[in-house]
Amino acid sequence: MTATPAEPTTVIPAAAATAPDAPAREDAWEGFRGGLWRDAIDVRDFVQRNYTPYEGDGAFLAGPTERTTKVWNKLVAMFPTEIERGIYAVDVKTPSRIDAFAPGYIDRDLDLIVGLQTDAPLKRAIMPNGGWRMVESALSAYGYEADPAVREIYTRLRRTHNDGVFDAYTPEIRACRSSGIITGLPDAYGRGRIIGDYRRVALYGVDRLIVDKRADRAALEVEWPSSEVIQEREEVAEQIRALEELKAMALSYGFDISGPARTGHEAVQWLYFAYLAAVKEQNGAAMSIGRIDAFLDIYLQRDIEAGRLTESESQELVDDFVIKLRIVRFLRTPEYNELYSGDPTWVTWSMGGIGDDGRPLVTRTTFRALNTLYNLGPAPEPNLTVFWSPRLPDAFKKYAAQVAIDTSALQFESDELMRPKYGDDTAIACCVSAMAMGKQMQFFGARVNVAKALLYAINGGRDEVSGQTVVEGLEPITDEYLDCDTVLTRYDAMLDWLAKTYVHALNVIHYMHDKYAYERLEMALHDRAILRTMACGIAGLSVAADSLSAIQHARVKVIRDETGLAVDYVVEGDYPAYGNNDDRADDLACRIVHDFMQKVRRHPTYRDAVHTQSVLTITSNVVYGKKTGNTPDGRRAGTPFAPGANPMNGRDEHGYIASALSVAKLPYDDAEDGISLTNTITPDALGRTPEERVTNLSGVLDGYMASDGFHMNVNVLDRATLQDAMEHPAKYPQLTIRVSGYAVNFIRLTREQQLDVINRTFHGAL
Amino acid sequence: MTALLPPAPATPARAPAATPATPAAAATRRPAVGSVHSWDLSTGVDGPGTRFVTFLSGCPLTCLYCHNPDTWRMRDGKRTTADEIVTEARKYTRFIAAAGGGATVSGGEPLLQPVFTGELLHRFKHELGLHTALDTSGFLGVRATDALLRDTDLVLLDIKSWDRATYRKLTGRPLEPTLGFARRLADLGKEVHVRFVLVPGLTDDPANIEGVAAFAASLGNVTRVDVLPFHKLGEAKWQALGRPFLLHGTPCPTPGQTALARAAFTAHGLHAV
Repeated sequence: MTATPAEPTTVIPAAAATAPDAPAREDAWEGFRGGLWRDAIDVRDFVQRNYTPYEGDGAFLAGPTERTTKVWNKLVAMFPTEIERGIYAVDVKTPSRIDAFAPGYIDRDLDLIVGLQTDAPLKRAIMPNGGWRMVESALSAYGYEADPAVREIYTRLRRTHNDGVFDAYTPEIRACRSSGIITGLPDAYGRGRIIGDYRRVALYGVDRLIVDKRADRAALEVEWPSSEVIQEREEVAEQIRALEELKAMALSYGFDISGPARTGHEAVQWLYFAYLAAVKEQNGAAMSIGRIDAFLDIYLQRDIEAGRLTESESQELVDDFVIKLRIVRFLRTPEYNELYSGDPTWVTWSMGGIGDDGRPLVTRTTFRALNTLYNLGPAPEPNLTVFWSPRLPDAFKKYAAQVAIDTSALQFESDELMRPKYGDDTAIACCVSAMAMGKQMQFFGARVNVAKALLYAINGGRDEVSGQTVVEGLEPITDEYLDCDTVLTRYDAMLDWLAKTYVHALNVIHYMHDKYAYERLEMALHDRAILRTMACGIAGLSVAADSLSAIQHARVKVIRDETGLAVDYVVEGDYPAYGNNDDRADDLACRIVHDFMQKVRRHPTYRDAVHTQSVLTITSNVVYGKKTGNTPDGRRAGTPFAPGANPMNGRDEHGYIASALSVAKLPYDDAEDGISLTNTITPDALGRTPEERVTNLSGVLDGYMASDGFHMNVNVLDRATLQDAMEHPAKYPQLTIRVSGYAVNFIRLTREQQLDVINRTFHGAL
Repeated sequence: MTALLPPAPATPARAPAATPATPAAAATRRPAVGSVHSWDLSTGVDGPGTRFVTFLSGCPLTCLYCHNPDTWRMRDGKRTTADEIVTEARKYTRFIAAAGGGATVSGGEPLLQPVFTGELLHRFKHELGLHTALDTSGFLGVRATDALLRDTDLVLLDIKSWDRATYRKLTGRPLEPTLGFARRLADLGKEVHVRFVLVPGLTDDPANIEGVAAFAASLGNVTRVDVLPFHKLGEAKWQALGRPFLLHGTPCPTPGQTALARAAFTAHGLHAV
């Protein structure tokens, strides 16, 4: 192994030069209103006491500077190669950690915010703690050889998360995993979905955070060493070590971040270093950055008021920061990318919303963040997420609606549903998982396929594709026509078994992840006392609900093969489908969500995590559909599921709002990890003029959130554009569409996924 | 479909000119059911904001460019009670209150079922508190009672052509009833949005557009004109019905042509989009 140790350098890049009249380090908080935050780590208190709500419009915003455009174009020129090869470059010899790489730059003279995951832009790092097999197969898929010395370490000398998990799995879990009834488990890669409160580094400096962690450590020393206490002592020690490495890494770029940031420029840089340390070490499924707009705005606003910074310079800082977030890269296998449609990192940036005191948390920097989509062009990352409330300032609503229409690169989540549960300093991890910043984390649990589970209930635990018995002890249904009560009883038993097996698997996974791939830097930016959630999830909801509706309201005849396996269904008559705001079908969907949540709650969790659940399948709805046979709703084997909580393609007959209101009925209390809805609409479906579309989309979002809807992706596109993009991808390098909580580059989708996007949700009125 | 309604023509193209029933006669026998093609939620295309739109079946016109020829025959609709529609619409009142919008009765031609339409508008407005719109060609405007119009906040009035011959060629009917209805709405001070479909080679003659524009401007109650570029997305429906789509070879207007038509309305001080 020839890891290049980071060498602290005394060369300070031009960008590091701070305005001469910036406050001295000891006066970094000059001009800030005091409060609890001075004595205890409490960023929310700092934000609430110091931020300036902005109720105006976007007229003040500045365009990209020449420097910004030059830096971005340098990357844009590299993207085609990356797309063609799958990855641009990779360092095969250096397992990544916070300080593993020498400093890297896009352009050393031009970078305003510095820091890269490795020593060169788009060069990926290997992070084998999650599992060696994933690293090796990703390398070979892209034509690289694994380094023998590194292989030796991770296969013979050091165990990984993946090794640990498979030692503790049961045969049932393995069977579920290979049949696809439980899919996407983070047992071979980083679990992600943990948001460090990266703001703490900017507000307090690293040294102060270390002092606090040392106090935590000392408090643990007087506690009796139960296995929990011993584990926590080791974790806190690791957190302190990570903070020291963070300082060293920043120092290698010429920045001493032991103390608090003094300027807006430093605040962005400090915060970014903290985030960078996390993505240097963790290949998490989602590496979100949190609720940072109002926080950064306080610093930018202070500099602007002191005459140290112009609007253009403020925007330039935000633009450069966003450029860095856009090029976060992880080494993953092509299969992983197929599952998640593209190469996602879910650098989710939560913004907007309303504070507990009723003031909007919208600031000029909220606008600046959205403005990056104009200054740099649309892109899926960072995953810009607007916390929506009908009470948001009208000018901001209009601006956000405008950006959504112009770029399709925003997602909206209900501030009114989240704030009462998690407070007003909540952020989204990944797509729809809400958590209080620095006080809450989740154990990401992927999802089970409830549509396939229904087929198992009918087939007595046999897989409809392989014919193999996955669940022992269940009787198959032998009726020619499915009887609703019989099916519901068997389904209930099947879901009991599935919930138990599922939580069992998740306990194993997270025990091992903590043991072998602990997120020491992200957890160093959390309080010691944290709320952990066990984030379960379901896929195939609409297929399962429609199948039950067909069985209940129509007649469903079973076609069995010579072995008695039910392989197809004939639906005789009509049935009400989920997605038409019709309680007969929607209640079945709500029932599945509620019942499965109840079943999950019965099983104790690792570290007493609170059970939650999501209805969110990202774009993996295509893969889940592929693995699921014919279903009693008439869906053919292999047909993609609807994404997230969306109704099934083409069954929503009354437009996207009726469809959305079916989704809004799903109980958030039983799906606290989020409910995802994707709407793909043509511009015409929002109105005839650009102004009307903005007003109407803003109204639609108000209406949805007022109806208890949780989340909405809005793709405003026309079919012709997408069809043309399929044929001529080179013309659309930045075409971004939102798919179930996430935006993807359309041209990076497989052809099958592209067709699915086009066919499933176009709601253009004829 | 109900015996209370005029007999449905075997095919609308050959139907005799509809004889408007007297409003008084209709009012005495209020049917609980109408013939409904479908209902939908739409945004920005059937009146302002997000609206609950009821499409009634049956239309006395046979417009060559119709994109919903499946709504022509009343007997193809589904017998639906006003209660059923109001129950459905009620599910959206909370949404619409927050989003802005209302309810629109469209078709087909809603005034072919004036009592049912009147009941829907009345209940939308007074029971559900929604802003109401009536989407009509105006051909059967005489069937709209004053009470119906009192329950209508906005009329979306299609003036398909100014040239009488073109109007007849396009719709199979005369223009005059529509103009008469428009004048009545003006006298009542009822807000109107005029809709005009721009079809190259059919309605795009400058004199034709000028005629509609001058008339609309003379009314004083037209707050908006929608110039709708002809499209062929409904062609498949014609094929499914086994009817020849005579505009198959007609091109859609270019953005420039559409802009010119809008300008003709704007020149009269109208708000055209």
